[in-house]
Amino acid sequence: MSELTLTLLRLGLLALLWIFIFSVVAVLRTDLYGTSVSRRGQRKAAKRQAKEQRKAARAPQPVAVAAGGAGGAAAGVAAAGAGAPAAVSAPVADGAPAPRWGRGRSKGTPTTLVVTEGPLTGTTLPLRSGGLLIGRNPECALVLDDDYASGRHCRIYPDPTNRGGWVVEDLGSTNGTFIGRDKLTSARPVEIGTTLRIGKTVLELRG
Amino acid sequence: MTTTVEQLTPRTRRNSELGLLVLAIGIVLLAWVTTDLNRNGTVPANIIPIAGGFTVLVLSVHVVLRWKAAYADPVLLPIATVLNGLGLVMIHRLDLARGKLGTDGDAYRQIIWTTLGVALAIAVIIALRDHRLLRRYTYVSMAVGFVLLLLPLVPGLGQTINGSQIWISLGPLNFQPGEFAKIALAIFFAGYLVQTRDVLSLAGKRVLGFTFPRGRDLGPILVAWLLAVLILVFQKDLGTALLFFGLFVAMLYVATERVSWIAIGLLLFGVAVFFALSAFTHFQKRVDLWLDPFSPQNLERSNQLANGLWGMASGGLTGTGLGAGRPWLTSFAESDFIFSSLGEELGLFGSVAILVLYLIFCERGVRTALGVRDGFGKLLAIGLTFSVAFQLFIVIGGVTRVIPLTGLTTPFMSLGGSSLLANWVIVALLLRISDQARRPMPEIPVGVASDDPSPAEVTQVVRMS
Repeated sequence: MSELTLTLLRLGLLALLWIFIFSVVAVLRTDLYGTSVSRRGQRKAAKRQAKEQRKAARAPQPVAVAAGGAGGAAAGVAAAGAGAPAAVSAPVADGAPAPRWGRGRSKGTPTTLVVTEGPLTGTTLPLRSGGLLIGRNPECALVLDDDYASGRHCRIYPDPTNRGGWVVEDLGSTNGTFIGRDKLTSARPVEIGTTLRIGKTVLELRG
Repeated sequence: MTTTVEQLTPRTRRNSELGLLVLAIGIVLLAWVTTDLNRNGTVPANIIPIAGGFTVLVLSVHVVLRWKAAYADPVLLPIATVLNGLGLVMIHRLDLARGKLGTDGDAYRQIIWTTLGVALAIAVIIALRDHRLLRRYTYVSMAVGFVLLLLPLVPGLGQTINGSQIWISLGPLNFQPGEFAKIALAIFFAGYLVQTRDVLSLAGKRVLGFTFPRGRDLGPILVAWLLAVLILVFQKDLGTALLFFGLFVAMLYVATERVSWIAIGLLLFGVAVFFALSAFTHFQKRVDLWLDPFSPQNLERSNQLANGLWGMASGGLTGTGLGAGRPWLTSFAESDFIFSSLGEELGLFGSVAILVLYLIFCERGVRTALGVRDGFGKLLAIGLTFSVAFQLFIVIGGVTRVIPLTGLTTPFMSLGGSSLLANWVIVALLLRISDQARRPMPEIPVGVASDDPSPAEVTQVVRMS
């Protein structure tokens, strides 16, 4: 066996070993699961706001007033009252400038849940048909870091009687879930603008 | 600052696993062929049955995963395959150097053990449908673990090999029960800590920024420490003692989030080591060898550490090539020193590649622990991962002169049946837990909300089959 072949085999083996490592890492890069929490800096939000404003100016009817810009959650709260689709929760990953939801649905149907007070202020979650579980347990969709919240505190799910509506239900929490000042005793329908209070956390439903 | 929380639904990634497995098998076969070409100048005649057997073995695990645990982590199995395969190649290579061929060879035995290990892993994956079932056997596994640990001390059964009494002999077979005790104790610690962690983490006084536990909560750590000291004194094995005590302290820390446990653990272990150093000449010799392996009197006493270091040095960046170096000059080149043997023949690039593979393996274990939803699973995954990582640190740290050398096996690579079987069981358990971690959550049924007394408490029924 010639020296050259042996050298090539030796280096080839090392190369193959590292190719293997890089393919393992490549698999891992795309292997995401569980909950992803993505934070966006203010600059990024401001950039998107500018982009959306330009888009709104070009569109024939200014339907979407971009909200949730530089001021983060605070600006989002101010703008969402007008019923404009808040852009706070536009997914970062696909980089779509326009809100994905809020189109083709009846007015007054909430599509996202926004944390407006408490340690998680600014967090948004899209409402999905499977329902959202809120509480301190890591299995919850929204994991609260709040001493007054129970493990499985409450959940929000599509209204079985009213298509397109959403219902919130307390899951026997210790300190209760409040809509305004009323403590929830049974499942109650919610709409855009409803605020839920869980311990020190305030959640708001947005369109 | 705006934060978005989204549930990500994973794909099963079984096809990626298949691709990686093909690559892994390719690496092992190329290594095997290179060895024989370097030693004998011919492609070995038995390459076809070996290649076929290895492929069938690994692919059968893959098929079982597709069938029983479709969402299991896609990279654990390929990494274990490469590591086990490279270990086999190195053992085969040392057999060639020593003229032990065919059924006399260590490689032959190691192939049989690999087959058994893989079969055991498949059995675990099939039999254990849910890792939470293991929680029922918390105290059984405590008993099993302690018995296994103390078994080498039983007169007539235990055997002293190389100054450490960590072996038992059953007929012709020598066995290291500590390897299995590792798994049993990881299960016990997980089950125990998931119950008691609230007590262990909440009560206590704050001193100097640390929250120290109450006196009566120190019980468990003292028991674990006592056990470690027993191993240290009677089995004279620093590595095993360090591994078990380290495993316990790490799991305690993960369960309670208290740094003070680590401080207490280090302190206790420091006391034990100090005591051992002043009382036993066995340890003094080891530390002396560690500090100065090249002094004439130490070379005379034991030259294995020095030889291993020279071997790795002669490998250089790209190594001598498999089969072209002289790793057999080091004693225990196929077990404790297999890393320096591979370092010599694959060079720095190769040995770093091996370490990176171990690193990714452990990273996947930790990721599994983060992803899985139940506390027992989290602790078990962390415990198993940590035992592999810590064992690796102890043995490779010893070989590369970071810490005093103590005899432990390199996971997946070293010659030795008990180690190989135990590590394949660890892979199987991690695969099972990662399947739970990555599997999409069952949706909460909608519509039965207000009437049903506890609609949201959808408990999953775990049934013994």
